[in-house]
Amino acid sequence: MPAVAGWARRAWDHDLAWSFRHSPVALLAAFLTLVCIGGAVLAPWVAPQNPYDSATLSLSDGFTPPAWTEKGTRKYLLGTDDQGRDVLSTILYGARISLGVGLASVLFSALLGVSLGLVSGYLGGRLDAFIMRVADIQLSFPAILIALLIDGTARIALPREAHDALALYVLVVAIGLSKWVDYARTVRGSTLVEKGKDYVQAARVIGRRPLAIMVHHVLPNAMGPVLVIATINIATAIITEATLSFLGVGVPPTQPSLGTLIRVGNDFLISGEWWISLFPGAALVLLVLAVNLLGDWLRDALNPRLR
Amino acid sequence: MDSRPLLRLTDVGRDFDVSRPWLNRMLEGAPRQLLRAVDMVSFDVARGETLALVGESGCGKSTVARLIVGLYALTRGRIEFDGVDLAAAGAGASALRRRMQMIFQDPYASLNPRWRVRDIVAEPIRVLGLAKSGDEERVRIAALLAQVGLAPEDGEKYPHEFSGGQRQRISIARALSGHPEFLVCDEPTSALDVSVQAQILNLMSELQERLGLTYLFISHNLAVVAHVADRVGVMYLGCIVELANAVTLFKAPRHPYTRLLLDAIPDLGMSGAPRTPVGGEVPNPLAPPAGCAFHPRCPHANQRCRNERPAWRAGVACHAVEEGRL
Amino acid sequence: MSPAPLLEVRDLRVEFPTRRGTLVAVDGVSFAIEPGEVLGVVGESGAGKSLTGMAVIGLLEPPGRIGAGEILLEGRRIDRLPAEEMRRLRGRRIGAIFQDPLTSLNPLYTVGDQLVETIRTHLELDRGQARRRALQLLDEVGIPAPGARIDHYPHQFSGGMRQRVVIALAVAAGPRLIIADEPTTALDVSIQAQIIALLKMLAREHGTAVMLITHDMGVIAETAHRVAVMYAGRIAEIGPVREVLQAPRHPYTVGLMGSIPRLGAGAGKRHARLVQIEGAMPRLNAIPPGCAFHPRCPRRFERCGAERPELLPAGAARASCWLYG
Repeated sequence: MPAVAGWARRAWDHDLAWSFRHSPVALLAAFLTLVCIGGAVLAPWVAPQNPYDSATLSLSDGFTPPAWTEKGTRKYLLGTDDQGRDVLSTILYGARISLGVGLASVLFSALLGVSLGLVSGYLGGRLDAFIMRVADIQLSFPAILIALLIDGTARIALPREAHDALALYVLVVAIGLSKWVDYARTVRGSTLVEKGKDYVQAARVIGRRPLAIMVHHVLPNAMGPVLVIATINIATAIITEATLSFLGVGVPPTQPSLGTLIRVGNDFLISGEWWISLFPGAALVLLVLAVNLLGDWLRDALNPRLR
Repeated sequence: MDSRPLLRLTDVGRDFDVSRPWLNRMLEGAPRQLLRAVDMVSFDVARGETLALVGESGCGKSTVARLIVGLYALTRGRIEFDGVDLAAAGAGASALRRRMQMIFQDPYASLNPRWRVRDIVAEPIRVLGLAKSGDEERVRIAALLAQVGLAPEDGEKYPHEFSGGQRQRISIARALSGHPEFLVCDEPTSALDVSVQAQILNLMSELQERLGLTYLFISHNLAVVAHVADRVGVMYLGCIVELANAVTLFKAPRHPYTRLLLDAIPDLGMSGAPRTPVGGEVPNPLAPPAGCAFHPRCPHANQRCRNERPAWRAGVACHAVEEGRL
Repeated sequence: MSPAPLLEVRDLRVEFPTRRGTLVAVDGVSFAIEPGEVLGVVGESGAGKSLTGMAVIGLLEPPGRIGAGEILLEGRRIDRLPAEEMRRLRGRRIGAIFQDPLTSLNPLYTVGDQLVETIRTHLELDRGQARRRALQLLDEVGIPAPGARIDHYPHQFSGGMRQRVVIALAVAAGPRLIIADEPTTALDVSIQAQIIALLKMLAREHGTAVMLITHDMGVIAETAHRVAVMYAGRIAEIGPVREVLQAPRHPYTVGLMGSIPRLGAGAGKRHARLVQIEGAMPRLNAIPPGCAFHPRCPRRFERCGAERPELLPAGAARASCWLYG
């Protein structure tokens, strides 16, 4: 146990932890992120209702406005949609999908981008030139266009049932593939810097193979900026997913994300049922803002020039 | 004791391609450009001795070091270690290369900042499979750290917790952990303060005596070289211009460039004798002067020096010395 | 009665507030430089020599700050000047030369443009006059064919020539004091000698005072009139160069001088041990009480660990060491 206590004390005393404790923005952002993540992960337990279990729904409760308005009831805090689903519950379930897709696609693109960037930077030569030209070409298309393209291709290539089952994975790959360039370029840059340092030369003199040097020596030293990009990209990925879902090419309607909720609510905006799309929209803004603030703080805290 | 040299370089050369990128060459019609970093370098290093290479920045001394340990490939010539040509040894080359290690100049860049000291020192042991158990490895690391004047507990720390001199000790411990016979030391003390330099130089000479090591010592500092070397080679623009026993070289330098370097050393004795600042600077290695590369700065240069490259004769490459003008 | 000093530093203290307490990097440093004099400030990394120079020209990087003491230039306090006034003083009265000539020059402008701009910032000259002055300066610092070189960009100059341009910039407005921080460290030995000769010539001909900060005793031996040896943010010994280098009094200076490998008698004599000062300079957060050098000192006694020595007369120099108390 003293080992654990010692580790905890060192972690608490670490510059990053200190900067975290002394940054109100970081604390607020972390709190908001935790609330969002907590709500999303614990949705089945904290949501007042399972909005996708038709047994608990009653159509007669449809279009109930939020609780504080004249016709609202305390049963539905943020009101209900056309099917009588509790909006708060749909938001919690929707955030689950949004966050899940966001995290998974960032993980996918980081894995792909970091590996390609590392290999490209360390080995150099033609392979490097090829990977970087592909990256250049990809960068000349907007990310959303690439995601649409991949999603569309998958729709045509896969039979309808298979596509519905795999829709979430296709979405993750589509968003992930549109973002790998960020990681590849950053990691390639820091790999080039680290590669020139003498500790890498020393490992070569010792006789270590290129792959071992890349993984054990270069990678750990090139990962700093990746963490920052990944955090900020979670926010971007959530927005991309929401945009795709809003356009109707994202997640299947059986597993609605925040973007789907906004799209569905959009149809009722003109007829006066504003809460159906406003609250999911507000939830999306809050989630993205919190993640972004956290990313900004991390970038500043890890920047040695600002320390 | 074996009287054959441990290391022999014969007419070693290395070019670097410093051309513009392919697209620029195609569009601008620029030719390929080769930088001749090292050319026609030959020397032997005997077992147990210290051979020093000195010269100003860009003279190719570090390139020679990197060619020997295999960080760069040879363009021309051959390098033999213990009588075996490294290029022809094929798979055997890596077995030979294990017997040499390198110490780098910058102690802040030569240790992986994310590794603990014990892992840094243990890397050669692990790669070469020298320890049969974790316990054996721990004992060995503790002994290595003690050998370079560090405590066994220091193994648990990270490089940033150490000063420059201590980091250089860690570097030396790492170099020694694979039981090498030959150490290539590339400016091992030039990033250190003088009092720390003295500690490291003393440590290196102790280790040499105790372990029977052979050193190739690269430095730009003649006073340091005078202190450590048995023999000294002076490099200028990729070539060795003079190679001699250290005592002889410092007492009776022959090549005009060696004389220039010796004259340029600040005089700590305050004898009052003014240094003769030599005019000019090292020329651009991409466009080296014709004939003897040193002729534009040489006070003894004549027409022959400007046209004809001096041949290597009895430890020096200089027309003036050859002709008895100097 | 000696002439009034050009620069006088009294009990200077430079500190860095950090979250783990205030680190004192320069502590109780006092010295003076007279017109035309070259004062060498020598010490190993972390001794506080560069920070002392930065404090004098008012370029301490925050959070570093002057915690106590006074800096007087020609009898006038300059350590409390507002930033704008200090900036006018830099260049006009104090010139600065740094280690890396490449970062001291703006790569986007020709050296002529940079010189003309500096000259016109500080002196009331029109473009043509400023350009003539620039040409004259380049000639003075030994740039061959200044007329052709004035319109070149910094990258077109070699390292040694670049450092000459930096020196020309530093002396452009005819400053009374030049702070030169490791001016020869980035240069090859043969070029070092040229730059040293140039600095000496400028000090002699213009009566400019020079504060020469370096880690290289050789440069000090050849250039400086007096030298201050710094250790752990304090002056260990200060005095005439010949005295300090040949008959050092402070045990730290003794060790430092002994640890320098030399040509001469010992050349080629292998395995002669160099004098070695055991241990390392303390970190700023762990400076020992009393004399900062006492844990490493071969001649320490009780008083050294208890009481901090002031600068005491020792021969023709002064040393902060109780051996002379």
